[in-house]
Amino acid sequence: MNLYEKTAYDAAMALEKKEVTSVELVESVLGRISEVEKNVKGFIHLIERETILEEAREIDRLRAKGQRSSILAGVPMALKDNMCTMGIPTTCASRILEDYRPPYNAHVTEKLQQAGTVLIGKANMDEFAMGSSTENSAFYPTHNPWDTNRVPGGSSGGSAALVAADEVFFSLGSDTGGSVRQPASLCGVVGLKPTYGLVSRYGLIAFASSLDQIGPLTKDVRDCAMVLEIIAGNDSRDSTSVPREKESYSSYLGRDIKGFKVAMPKEYFQEGIEEAVRESVMNAVVLCIKLGVEVEEVSMPHTSYALPCYYLVGTAEASSNLARYDGVQYGFRAPDQDNLIELYLKTRSQGFGSEVKRRIMLGTYALSSGYYDAYYLNSLKARTLIRQDFENVFQNYDLIITPTSPSPAFVRGERLDDPLTMYLSDIYTTTANLAGVPAISIPCGLADGLPVGLQIIGRPFDEGRMLQFCFALEKMLGFKGLKPKISADGVLKDVS
Amino acid sequence: MSPEYEVVIGLEVHVELLTESKIFCSCPNRFGEAPNTNVCPVCLGLPGSLPVFNESVLELAVRASLALNCTVSSYSKFDRKNYFYPDLPKAYQVSQYDFPLAKEGFLDLLKDGRSIRKVRIERLHLEEDAGKLIHDQKESISYVDYNRCGVPLVEIVTAPDLRSPGEAHLFLDWLKKILLYTGVSDCKMEEGSLRCDANISLRPSGTETLGRKVEIKNMNSFRAVQKGLEYEVIRQKQILRAGGRVAMETRRWDEEKGVTAEMRGKEEAHDYRYFPEPDLPPLMLDENFLSRMKGELPELPEKRYLRFMESYGLSPYQAEIITSSKNLADFFEDTLLHYPHSQKVSNWLTGELFGLLKTSVKEIDDIPLTPLHLGELLKILDEGTLSSTLAKEVLEESFLSGKLPREIVQEKGLLQISGEKELLLIVEDVINNYPAAVKDYSDGNKKAVGFLVGQAMKQTRGQANPQVITELFKKRLGK
Ligand SMILES: [Zn+2]
Repeated sequence: MNLYEKTAYDAAMALEKKEVTSVELVESVLGRISEVEKNVKGFIHLIERETILEEAREIDRLRAKGQRSSILAGVPMALKDNMCTMGIPTTCASRILEDYRPPYNAHVTEKLQQAGTVLIGKANMDEFAMGSSTENSAFYPTHNPWDTNRVPGGSSGGSAALVAADEVFFSLGSDTGGSVRQPASLCGVVGLKPTYGLVSRYGLIAFASSLDQIGPLTKDVRDCAMVLEIIAGNDSRDSTSVPREKESYSSYLGRDIKGFKVAMPKEYFQEGIEEAVRESVMNAVVLCIKLGVEVEEVSMPHTSYALPCYYLVGTAEASSNLARYDGVQYGFRAPDQDNLIELYLKTRSQGFGSEVKRRIMLGTYALSSGYYDAYYLNSLKARTLIRQDFENVFQNYDLIITPTSPSPAFVRGERLDDPLTMYLSDIYTTTANLAGVPAISIPCGLADGLPVGLQIIGRPFDEGRMLQFCFALEKMLGFKGLKPKISADGVLKDVS
Repeated sequence: MSPEYEVVIGLEVHVELLTESKIFCSCPNRFGEAPNTNVCPVCLGLPGSLPVFNESVLELAVRASLALNCTVSSYSKFDRKNYFYPDLPKAYQVSQYDFPLAKEGFLDLLKDGRSIRKVRIERLHLEEDAGKLIHDQKESISYVDYNRCGVPLVEIVTAPDLRSPGEAHLFLDWLKKILLYTGVSDCKMEEGSLRCDANISLRPSGTETLGRKVEIKNMNSFRAVQKGLEYEVIRQKQILRAGGRVAMETRRWDEEKGVTAEMRGKEEAHDYRYFPEPDLPPLMLDENFLSRMKGELPELPEKRYLRFMESYGLSPYQAEIITSSKNLADFFEDTLLHYPHSQKVSNWLTGELFGLLKTSVKEIDDIPLTPLHLGELLKILDEGTLSSTLAKEVLEESFLSGKLPREIVQEKGLLQISGEKELLLIVEDVINNYPAAVKDYSDGNKKAVGFLVGQAMKQTRGQANPQVITELFKKRLGK
């Protein structure tokens, strides 16, 4: 078995037992990257080999002296390119920030640095995290390692594909309406969107402030728990970060899940869902029952409001968050402008891609005087109803089980000209962002050789028990160990 | 005959708060730093940065609200005001829209010792300041200085209750006093820590409907506010008398030319697309906090002004001068503890001491002279052992060195000579030295005694008691 194939936990254990060094782990993933990255295109920016190796050597030296900053010290990883990394390009996959190097680190960047993990590069994404296929990257689309003709999902498509293709041991993504969970689902990895306020957004370049959360993309549930432990926790620089005791999520793993009460909302299994996806998820439900879990169908009547509500709240906030890219202080500035208005118009017209412009216009419209009440205000009301749906269900159930996405990975280009169908990719995932509750996608099977994801939604700050549940289920699902057969020539091979 | 018009004015005042640090980051809140040195990712609005509300802003803003008799809301929230301008790095200003910190207050406009008008305060809300553009005319390039970004502001909006440009000036005088008294702001218009825009319209006297209003900007002193409004009154009257319609617009006061000129028309009016700031939780104020803040409020200038007239018998003019700053009024009252005659204290304070402050360009609280000094000096004066000329010298010495007046008087031997025996010797001496004047007096020119007294004073370096010595001359030379 190649080193790069290990989970982050196994790699960490091998480091702990001194079977490998961080330098060897780095060499292994760099070798893997040089082999497959040209077919995956998961990175926007790769850090210079020598810089990475020097960091790994330092961590090895410290470890030899008995100083390791965390269990994951020395393990290579990637960050989505909307998380600020000091002096390292942070582009949001946009022309408008193409040459932008932040003068400071995001909270998560700091946390992972303090933990001694090794940053390999910045992952590709849909521009400003707007999209569900990573085709909206201003630079190039990322390919799904399971079938390079297909999309990896989005917007954290780079982060998901890199983990699926074993180019890094784990990565971070950001999730505004499903941007961690949907690509996790399409790439066959684990992706968690934590409770709103659990992970600091300081240094995460905002798309929609009231929805954005950073979460891990990992090879399995244990890795997810370990990474979450590092990045979760209160940060005084983010006023929406919730002060709470630090939790050991790993300590939940391996506990019995018998007696858990799980709700299956019927609204998530209605038209639009592909049959193979439904089957996969229903298989998982049967397994749950075998594990002694009580599963019952429930109704969450306001689910149908979620998508329109999401596209109003999200675009409204985005229209304001993205207004700062005006060519004045930093980033791209269009050449040849005669006055201030032209500077703004040309910079923003040339600097943003079409999906970003579409959403800025939608959001601007929704906030305009005369429309505010009908759109923005009503969507806030809908949001309250959606939140109440969750509160009601969680009075009687511990968790909610749903599919993550209505279909497995689709072919690149297929939905590009049809934004509405593209938006439907998020139909099961936006609710958790609107309600602020935690949700995770774990792979639950294959449909025609493509991974299918299962979504588990929990009570606010109940990540521990969610992970406990997923860990038990993951063992039974038998997906673990399945890998895409991507190789240097990029041809999809049969999964054995 | 053309109708008379009533002038209707409302003011929007922006006041920078005197906090240690900025409103949403820990950068120091300081004026006059080198451009773009007092900044951080948050106030520069860099991608990924987030605001954190500085709680000390709240104390000052609540103090201002209470001092303006406003109702402070137990719930208020921040909103984003969206517009593009190079001095606004996020392209939105964090402000408060539909739930301001405070509303429905008033300011009692006092003049000549009585209230001439109660000016309603519609609202007071929190917001962040923007940066500053610096235009290089020669190169036709504009630069941005972001130092001021994130300086905490309150915006105070009055109802259209002011009835003349003079009242607008008076309102600002009182507002400034209130804000200085409460330590909310230093109100330095020249440094931009207090800025004022005005809305003005005219309507036929006796009617209630508001006329078409004009907003005036760029008035950089209280005097400019008055002058700009005076100009606008004349301009609008002319339009109305000619049967015209005043255009609703924003006009810019041109200090040099002394005119207002059109700035931007209504067709370019902004849609600010306000919406709740998702990065900041709402502000919830509890009763304990509010009652603590109320308890900590000092006596406000209007009250003090009236009290000083009533309790100390000061004239409106004296009361106004003495209560113009809290420190001065405190100094006055503290002096009364040592020397209880308010009229004399007032005279010395507004006369001699003001003169000294003015020439040394100092404030009452940064001199070594204290109320104890002034009180002691006035006591010595009452004892009749010090001439008022010498007392002025002693005051100056005390003002510079901080030494107590008695000490100075003793050190310099300045005590007045009142003993007849001693003075008689001097009288004899002068009579011998100035026979011409003596003759003059004897010939009936009684004014000549003044010359002789003057000589005696000179000889004693002013220490002779002038009353006593005059009597002695008169006695000696015979009336
Ligand atoms: Zn700052």
